[in-house]
Amino acid sequence: MTRLFGSPIPRLEDERLVSGRGRYLDDLGRGALAAAFVRAPHAHARIVDVDVTDALDIDGLVAVYTWEDLPGKLAEPLPLLIPHPALTHPKTGYPLAREEVNHVGEPVVMVVARDRYVAEDACDRIRVTYDPLPPVVTIEDAVRAEHLVHEEVPGNVAAHLVQENGDARAAIAAAPHTLELDLDIQRSASMPMEGRGVYARWDAEDGSLRVYTSTQTSTSVRAAIAAKLDLPLHKVEVVVPDVGGGFGVKIMHPWPEEVLIPWAARLLGREIKWTEDRREHFISSAHERRQLQKVRVGFDDAGRVLGLDVEIWHDNGAYTPYGVIVPIITSTQLLGPYKPGAYRVEFRSLYTNTVMVTPYRGAGRPQGVYAMERTLDAIADYLGKDRAEVREVNFVKPEEMPYDHGLVFQDGRPLVYDSGDFAASLRLLKELVGWDDFESYREQARAQGRRVGIGIACYVEGTGVGPYEGGHVLVEPSGRVMVSTGLTTQGQGHHTVFAQIVADELSVPIEQVHVTTGDTRLFGYAVGTFASRAAVMSGNAIALAAREVRAKALKIAGEALSRDPEDLEIVAGAVRAKDDPDTALDLATVAVLSNPLRYAFDEAAKRATQFAVTDTSKPPVPEGEKPGLEATAYYSPPRSTFANGMHAAIVETDPDTADIKILRYCVVHDCGRMINPRIVAGQIHGGVAQGVAGALYERIVYDENGQLLNASFMDFLMPYATEVPKIEHAHLETSSPLNPLGIKGAGEAGVIPVSALLASAIEDAEGFRITRMPISPSDLWHLRQRFAAGEIEPLHRASRRETA
Amino acid sequence: MKPPPFTYHAPTTVGEALGVLAELGPEGKVLAGGQSLIPLLNMRLAVPPHLVDINRIPELAYVRVDAGGVRVGALARHAELERHAGAYQAVPLLRQALQLVAHPVIRNRGTTVGSIVHADPAAEMPAVLALLGGTVELARKDRRRTVGAADFFLGPLESCLEPGELALAVHFPHLPGRTGTAFVELARRHGDYALAGLAAAVTLDEDLRVAHARAAYVGVAPVPLVVDLTDAVRGVSAAGERSWTLAGRLAQSEVQPEADIHATAEYRRHLVGVLTARALHQAAQRALPEPGPDRTETTP
Amino acid sequence: MTVPELHEITLRVNGVAYRTRVPARRLLSDCLRHDLGLTGTHVGCEHGVCGCCTVLVDGQPARSCLMFAVMAEGCEVTTVEGLAAPDGTLSAVQRAFAECHGLQCGFCTPGFLTVLTAFLTENPKPTEEEVVEAISGNLCRCTGYQNIVAAALRAAEILREERAEEIVAAGDGDGAEPERAREEAAE
Repeated sequence: MTRLFGSPIPRLEDERLVSGRGRYLDDLGRGALAAAFVRAPHAHARIVDVDVTDALDIDGLVAVYTWEDLPGKLAEPLPLLIPHPALTHPKTGYPLAREEVNHVGEPVVMVVARDRYVAEDACDRIRVTYDPLPPVVTIEDAVRAEHLVHEEVPGNVAAHLVQENGDARAAIAAAPHTLELDLDIQRSASMPMEGRGVYARWDAEDGSLRVYTSTQTSTSVRAAIAAKLDLPLHKVEVVVPDVGGGFGVKIMHPWPEEVLIPWAARLLGREIKWTEDRREHFISSAHERRQLQKVRVGFDDAGRVLGLDVEIWHDNGAYTPYGVIVPIITSTQLLGPYKPGAYRVEFRSLYTNTVMVTPYRGAGRPQGVYAMERTLDAIADYLGKDRAEVREVNFVKPEEMPYDHGLVFQDGRPLVYDSGDFAASLRLLKELVGWDDFESYREQARAQGRRVGIGIACYVEGTGVGPYEGGHVLVEPSGRVMVSTGLTTQGQGHHTVFAQIVADELSVPIEQVHVTTGDTRLFGYAVGTFASRAAVMSGNAIALAAREVRAKALKIAGEALSRDPEDLEIVAGAVRAKDDPDTALDLATVAVLSNPLRYAFDEAAKRATQFAVTDTSKPPVPEGEKPGLEATAYYSPPRSTFANGMHAAIVETDPDTADIKILRYCVVHDCGRMINPRIVAGQIHGGVAQGVAGALYERIVYDENGQLLNASFMDFLMPYATEVPKIEHAHLETSSPLNPLGIKGAGEAGVIPVSALLASAIEDAEGFRITRMPISPSDLWHLRQRFAAGEIEPLHRASRRETA
Repeated sequence: MKPPPFTYHAPTTVGEALGVLAELGPEGKVLAGGQSLIPLLNMRLAVPPHLVDINRIPELAYVRVDAGGVRVGALARHAELERHAGAYQAVPLLRQALQLVAHPVIRNRGTTVGSIVHADPAAEMPAVLALLGGTVELARKDRRRTVGAADFFLGPLESCLEPGELALAVHFPHLPGRTGTAFVELARRHGDYALAGLAAAVTLDEDLRVAHARAAYVGVAPVPLVVDLTDAVRGVSAAGERSWTLAGRLAQSEVQPEADIHATAEYRRHLVGVLTARALHQAAQRALPEPGPDRTETTP
Repeated sequence: MTVPELHEITLRVNGVAYRTRVPARRLLSDCLRHDLGLTGTHVGCEHGVCGCCTVLVDGQPARSCLMFAVMAEGCEVTTVEGLAAPDGTLSAVQRAFAECHGLQCGFCTPGFLTVLTAFLTENPKPTEEEVVEAISGNLCRCTGYQNIVAAALRAAEILREERAEEIVAAGDGDGAEPERAREEAAE
């Protein structure tokens, strides 16, 4: 049988999804009551009064709840998911606002009604009186601290963290050359096509709750609901249906709705569903990306970084339930494939009266890569060197792996790279994009009055973070192989890749393998799907479980066939003797034999009943064994794996309109061993598209009052097919030594270097420095005006080109 | 995002529609393609108590080419007009502009008359009507009137349509001989409302030099702004590449752009200059007696 | 408060006539999904920008979030559930999406499938640019569109192959027609 691991087979999910047979959250619970929310219209205000009188006579209204109605733990602030010693002033919101609102969109009143139309009618008629407070909207506002988001948080500083490896400031002071950069990266958002949603059913007779939610973590939502509603864990089931994209926003949990809807369902004894609409998603689901960065770097004549000192101001929005994961990742992953002589990074995570910030695909890495790559571009320009060359001299070399950066990563473990061959990746990329031939292309273009530029950006991505994931593999007496893992899926093709792994490990046809994810009824121990970890974590756990099943199958078959298990193999779904293919038992039969029976329910089961078994000298289930051809295994890595990649792009900027067009986009990507290259390519395409979106189109814009000005797809410019370039890519596969399958993770890769890359390419086309991303034609045109007025320094290489 | 309640009327003749509208007065709102109105309803930015759906009035679903130009009934979809060979032949600017109106799927439902009545200053079809000096045929139960484009658009999302009135059709007159047209705009994404753009018409004299040049601008004034650019380019050779910048400068002095989150006012004004030159050049090329293959590039 | 007036409507969806009572404001998308149980049509923005809810109305793609159910009375509506053959065989567009990895989370997919189904009927031999233009009103957050474009081109190819086969099957044996059909398919 051909090995499926590594082969680009079509996905098993697709037949269902292209036929309209997907089951997304809002497809469930037909007939359930609908919830809607009155959300704060002010960025910062005290709630003076909530008057629901006008809503009460609406036909179809079922219930209206405010904070006052919430009992017990539900009335307390939502959990701080990831505490950190540096997070000295954590703040989390209430499920429904209590006394104060801290961003536009914060839920204040929950309405339950016959359907969503009626629920919205009721929301319209509820009068909330607010006493507005001065809002803190930007990082600059927060730093100024003229006003505070939370009275008890001085200076609006949620967290302050310094990490240092070596004495960076001394190294910079002693370096032959130094540079300083001020950088700015704007706010964006995950924006999955399906918003969030929760559907809950209370079974009064059983005292149990079934909750469906569009989340990236089933087990942790379950734990949160059980805790908030004071229910035994085993009385709460969380089932994750098909999820229409997550990109990080759905790893945040429990969202207010995830505890409120179940609570109301129990209270009312009715099924209730809440489906987030697009406007709600904009103003109440998490955003990411905004940071200000100050970089000081010291380097030698070759462009080698001797000391790097980075200061980051990170906008965490109104609350910090997800801790300081994003700025921690920024500050550690900033290093990319490079080894600065000494590194110091300091960040302040600041409150603003805006939607909270939690990881969005890339999770702080795009910002870190932006800081580092802008810095390397600046060094190259300063020295008059090739940008690729300056990168190369700073690379960690393959023989230096594992490479310890002397820092603590987001999982609390040392930042140690496991593998990678950055120089090889760079060679591949330069070849792919035609790096060395670009200057002649530039000249040709210039002769036609066209302005083109090339850029390059590299990254390393810590993937597959712990603590663990598990997998369960069960061979049914029918021969069907049921696989489950607790983490969830939202379009990555996990059902296919996990089935590929199991089909190989058990030597069964992939059609027999059925995978379930994110269902606490089947698998109760899990962490979640984020940080490009699903393939690494669950992939390995499932492989280990399958290997146990295989061993058990050989053992049981060995007994049945009176052969040493060592002499047996599994081929095409049957255990057979290596030396005698006719001596064989199919796995279905082995599964039957694995479970000694008293009752035969079908023909096959007869083989396992008590009078069919001949050896009566041993107990039917030997000591230390368990019935059933199944196994559960866990994979818990010592630390993260590190995937890496490099992108290059050629852009053209219109000399008159300042319109920006990507002419070519090239990717070299190394995520270790690929389970399914087609799926990996899809992940890269999607990531790059989101990266391009974040670099050239999308930006969450608040006005000075904290009103979100573009809370619709009309004004939040998600790219269509007409805006996304074609992506050319090549793979490198450096196996990870950390896990049995040698895989790393590919989910976020595409998005990470894009802002840095396009800034590099645009400034190369324009001849002056780009320090703020995203960039629009209007922005670029204004930069040109300032450049023409002598307010911006030219790039050194541009003036060199002029004089050449 | 669910629309508020309203009372629904679905007349099947123009007479019936006018009767209902007369009865409802300011409470009635006409629903045609719904591609602009229904988003506003879903966001509850508009809360009309009554909707009068004219989609069941077949007599309004037509595109007719006559000696004077193209008459488009209130139920003709953008897509129908875009594909109409006769309409294209009579007034090529229609297709040139329609290709820039949102996306194909929106054009399948959206109506040209509806877009004009919606009077969005960033929309293409009002500018086309304004440039061509077209007319809107309005009917009320007791009165019919025809209003010229110049009098029709009063401000952003504001036309002279009165309560109880229904726009039955618009008429796009065709242009004199040796006239070429172009629609050039710059949008952030393909299909978005333009940051700035214009419909341009250039008429050449017998020596193939510019006799007359006009443009109607989108996105840079409260209404589709028509500017006569003749003075800036009179006598310019249609074959020439350069000489159009003066017209751009003239246009820049006429427009009143505003800033929004996508672009500053200065940048929009700058674009007006650049795009004017490009549009006039393109239009002039098309005015030449043996024009090359029709080029309706969507990117400037 | 008064109960809103209900309108009795008959919708023909995927060849089946459904009779239902809806308030005037009920969006066609909600009616299809929640009244008729055809949840394959998805709702991504409810302001007509994302294209997830696209269905065919009398063969033409339209946003079902920008139509009231009452407006669809008497129309022939096709949703993603109606694209496959009655025996469940996937249509060429559906197969091509699976073959080319043209979907990830699958949420936007029904909109792309309906748009492309109509588009390829009108334009059986599109260029890549024409495909991009055809899908230019549909947002996808997962795929970066590259494989969607590839799937559309592949679907066109499959359709041409199928047409050629049909002609061969129906051919009278002189060989000329199938030859031409095969050539066309190969182009």
